[in-house]
Amino acid sequence: MAEKTYKITADTGIHARPATQLVNKAGQYESEITLEHSGKSVNLKSIMGVMSLGIAQGSEVTIKAEGPDADVALQGIDEVMKAGLAE
Amino acid sequence: MSKKLTGIGASAGIAIAKGFRLENPDLTVERMVIDNVDAEINKFNNALETSKKELEVIKERTLKEIGEEHAEIFSAHLLVLSDPELVDTIRQKVNSEKVNAAYALREVADQFIAIFEGMENEYMKERASDIRDVSQRVLAHVLGKSVVSLTEINEEVIIVGEDLTPSDTAQLNKDYVKGFVTDIGGRTSHSAIMARSLEIPAVVGTKTITEEAKQNDLIIVDGIEGNVIISPTDQELEQYRRKQVEYEEQKMVWAKLVNEKTLTKDGHHVELAANIGTPNDIEGVHNNGAEGVGLYRTEFLYMGRNELPTEEEQFEAYKKVVESMEGKPVVIRTLDIGGDKELPYLDLPKEMNPFLGFRAIRLCLEKQEMFRTQLRALLRASAFGNLKIMFPMIATLEEFRQGKQILEEERQTLEKNGVKVNREMEIGIMVEIPSTAVMAPQFAKEVDFFSIGTNDLIQYTMAADRMNEKVSYLYQPYNPAILRLVKMVIDASHQEGKWTGMCGEMAGDEIAIPLLLGLGLDEFSMSATSVLPARSQLASITKQEAEIVAMESLNKNTADEVKELVRSKFF
Repeated sequence: MAEKTYKITADTGIHARPATQLVNKAGQYESEITLEHSGKSVNLKSIMGVMSLGIAQGSEVTIKAEGPDADVALQGIDEVMKAGLAE
Repeated sequence: MSKKLTGIGASAGIAIAKGFRLENPDLTVERMVIDNVDAEINKFNNALETSKKELEVIKERTLKEIGEEHAEIFSAHLLVLSDPELVDTIRQKVNSEKVNAAYALREVADQFIAIFEGMENEYMKERASDIRDVSQRVLAHVLGKSVVSLTEINEEVIIVGEDLTPSDTAQLNKDYVKGFVTDIGGRTSHSAIMARSLEIPAVVGTKTITEEAKQNDLIIVDGIEGNVIISPTDQELEQYRRKQVEYEEQKMVWAKLVNEKTLTKDGHHVELAANIGTPNDIEGVHNNGAEGVGLYRTEFLYMGRNELPTEEEQFEAYKKVVESMEGKPVVIRTLDIGGDKELPYLDLPKEMNPFLGFRAIRLCLEKQEMFRTQLRALLRASAFGNLKIMFPMIATLEEFRQGKQILEEERQTLEKNGVKVNREMEIGIMVEIPSTAVMAPQFAKEVDFFSIGTNDLIQYTMAADRMNEKVSYLYQPYNPAILRLVKMVIDASHQEGKWTGMCGEMAGDEIAIPLLLGLGLDEFSMSATSVLPARSQLASITKQEAEIVAMESLNKNTADEVKELVRSKFF
């Protein structure tokens, strides 16, 4: 299993478009990918799951991927995260 | 017996056609135990696919006809329909509980709706309605009910509905939809703005049209007066057909003025400009012969979407407008959000008095990143035509200076990076707050122009919330107090060799026009469809007589006395 932790830097947190981008990206991989935030874990392929967390600027989130393409998936997610969403 | 309803005339013109009720099908669902799980899941899968295809079509159509920001709503809807937490949960429920798909769908969707509705954040609460929208579409297909599709209308109709949603208006076909009537909404609601840009007669805010009008009832929509008649008598029909012809003839007379200069009877020129909300409104500006854009409300770029528009997106929109005006002036107002216009994704705190609160320039000076992004886009677009910038809701000189300073910083950075901008660009302010009107002589030394926003100026001067019907009698454009403030602003600008425009509803008002001309207003900016009537009116009066009447009006006691005076002299 691969995992990585981020700090959200975008003004609006993980709202609408960032959430859409993350979910679209996650959907490209076979692995199970989850996003953890303050003790809750959701499926990163679920737009409603991700948005239901209401992640604000400054929050810490952890992405975990498990499956055949876990490393590639984490790499792909990382690109979306680093494009102005998190550090 | 005919039935008459009164609402708000949202878009001028007369339409007569059969009513077409826009209503959701009965989606009552009962829990049923099923035998064939596979068949049930198949039914669900098919409904899901049909819904996705429909949404793709609506999305494409919106993208083509309205714009990218509106189309994004449907991208979000599509993503909900691909959400494994939703669709897999439904399939599992059908499988494990042996229940019908419709029931499983409703149960699961309701759970999600409840989660989002229970959230603190306004933006998240709104997502509940997205989920409701899409799940109802799928549910209708599961139940074999047809979802009302406006694209399929193939005869002339008047649409009757509680309100029109963005997905409804995106599907309106002007060839068949002759007008519409809604229960709710006002002159500035989404549906009203759409009606004006499509130029179809509409009456909104009738409160009871959906109760009163049955499918196929003959309906008359009078968007000029804000009246609706259901099942008119022969006499009424006759009367409105005549009115319709008269209006069309009047429009043809006005149309002859499209390429004419705006001149008073004694040859004095004033500029008639149009107010716009999106680049798509430019067509109406040209069709109605406006001499410029006096107010481009940029907030529509920010609304109906989920996050701030990028610099590039804004630049493209501003450039498009400025270029298509071919050197004619385009006054662009920086973001005016707050008050009655909210941006859920900014997550601003609720206020007791939003109109007196954190809005417009106040918000922009605080949220500087957002403000600077817009200013960069505007500066870049300034190289492509005659763009002027104005700041809304300026109350003090410091606010103006600070806004100008930020603009200057962005200009320098851009130029350092080799980006071309127009250094001569005029920078003005909206005059909406009485303090600014009173201090106009001081402001006039520093700004390049004034644009009087009458809707707010009146509400702040009269201390009357314009959303509150109980105090709507205080919305008095002809009150001598307002006219005196307007005069102070115009005089102050002329003293310094600057100009004053007006971009509120008042600028296109037939009673106000002679007064404003007399007070020396230089630019009148109004709905595009008011430009030609105003040009025709101005051609019938002399500046000289308008000046005499305007001076007299300043010394009247009440708004009604002013109105009487204008009527007796000019009508």
